[in-house]
Amino acid sequence: MKPIFLLRLLVIAGFIGFVEALCRIGIIDNFTMPPPSRIAADLARALASGKFNGPIRATLLNAALAFCLAVTVGITAAVVIHRLAALRTSLDPFFATYYAVPVLAFYPLLIILFGLGSAPKVIIAFMLGVVAVIVNTLNGLDRVPRVLLKSARMARMGWFATATQITLPSAAPFVLTGVKFAVAYALIGIIGSEFIMSTDGIGFEIAFAYNNFDNATMYPLIVLVMIISIIVNMLLSIWEKQLLERRGLR
Amino acid sequence: MPHDTNKVHVSLRHVTKTFRRAGGGQDVHALGPIDLDLKRGEFFAVVGPSGCGKSTLLEVLAGLTPVTDGTVVFEDQPIHGNVPDGVGVVFQEDACFPWMTVSDNIAFGLRQAGIPAAETARRVAAALELMGLGQFARSHPAQLSGGMRQRVCIARTLVLQPRLILLDEPFGALDQQTRLLMGEEVLRLWRETGATIFLITHALDEAAMLADRIGVMSARPGRLLEIVETGWAPDRDSTIVETPEFGQVTARLWQWLRVESMKSVGRMDRR
Ligand SMILES: Nc1ncnc2c1ncn2[C@@H]1O[C@H](COP(=O)(O)OP(=O)(O)OP(=O)(O)O)[C@@H](O)[C@H]1O
Ligand SMILES: [Mg+2]
Repeated sequence: MKPIFLLRLLVIAGFIGFVEALCRIGIIDNFTMPPPSRIAADLARALASGKFNGPIRATLLNAALAFCLAVTVGITAAVVIHRLAALRTSLDPFFATYYAVPVLAFYPLLIILFGLGSAPKVIIAFMLGVVAVIVNTLNGLDRVPRVLLKSARMARMGWFATATQITLPSAAPFVLTGVKFAVAYALIGIIGSEFIMSTDGIGFEIAFAYNNFDNATMYPLIVLVMIISIIVNMLLSIWEKQLLERRGLR
Repeated sequence: MPHDTNKVHVSLRHVTKTFRRAGGGQDVHALGPIDLDLKRGEFFAVVGPSGCGKSTLLEVLAGLTPVTDGTVVFEDQPIHGNVPDGVGVVFQEDACFPWMTVSDNIAFGLRQAGIPAAETARRVAAALELMGLGQFARSHPAQLSGGMRQRVCIARTLVLQPRLILLDEPFGALDQQTRLLMGEEVLRLWRETGATIFLITHALDEAAMLADRIGVMSARPGRLLEIVETGWAPDRDSTIVETPEFGQVTARLWQWLRVESMKSVGRMDRR
């Protein structure tokens, strides 16, 4: 475990060093991209100045809201759909083709309907994530061993208690896969929408800096987005590892 | 002697089970017709060829599967696919909840039944001790061997103190020595609790050693071909296997089963 971690760190450090060298030698000119060391310094300065606190908060709050909605609605919907075989059959083709539709295309329509506030962005991010949660949760619910359901019946549990205490915990590794998608889609949905049309958020700031050739702002913010998603994913991986280890699946 | 073995505890009359295949497939006639009375406090074992409907019979008794025809009466109340109070099952498959610790698994039924926490803790501790799982109270099932997981499932059922205990090949995952010891343990529990035990097993010697009566089932659809009475004293233990009577009981069981098992294997070949 430890050596692999070191190796990964080395690969990343090597890559950054390589880009740094390219920038310094002049193969990548500074108008295209400043060297990583300068981006880091710019980022540190920008964060210290506090001028991006507002946009960062806006993006993270909206992403968190969309994520929570996608997970709660997705899991609830999956439990209901799982119980109703007919609904399941009619929805399956819809789920199968869902991600062929670029949800972001609905963004202008949502702005017309809800105005240029948080709502359209949250709806986009929610729509992106919710179906991944539903599909993965359904997949997990399908795999709950029958004997666990029989045990629940022996304990005379109702359907709600069975869902919350038996089937969902049993399906947890699959639900978690859906949750990981929901996190990624929440960030993509919010930042993507901010990019297209918005009045605040990290995505808006990146687009604004881009339009003004402000590399000293644009690159640090891009790096910030990367750092945020890496941190979130690492936290989820730790949780997943615990969960799988406990079940002897890893 | 705690056993009043004359009163009928469970009675099956003309019980039949046919699984309907959805989508126009062949129906499976799994069981019956079966007529059987389990007496209160008796130890009844069932042997039969693979796939003959033993587990189906157990699920009918547990109220997990409604019968297609016939009646099941438990403590004077009809059962028809509803789980009655006072019945405990240990399933053939591993039924441990992998996300719960061993302790929480054992406490599960007690908590669902709303037993006070102190009483739950007391019974769980006793069960851990009894099953030799004390050191593993805080482990998760994935960290245990198959036999230990089965012991968790047995403990989970016993702590509920059921009056009718249904065991579906509970020692299937255990080695021969542990099997014998667990068998003695079950005998002791049976004597102490006075519960009625219905045990499915594929080991003829196990049935012969543990049970008062042994039902021999036919190949599918499972019917009762014969009920063999062992006539053992209630305070028996595994030393009974040394007696000539034990040999006679197993020999009788094998006589009946040899033909039936060949039938069931022959049917598998033709499929
Ligand atoms: N839910 C079900 N739906 C359809 N058929 C079933 C179902 N459960 C059992 N069967 C069928 O009923 C028959 C009896 O199954 P059962 O599990 O009761 O046998 P068994 O005697 O317990 O076998 P084993 O010794 O292998 O445990 C089998 O042919 C099986 O395929
Ligand atoms: Mg079986």
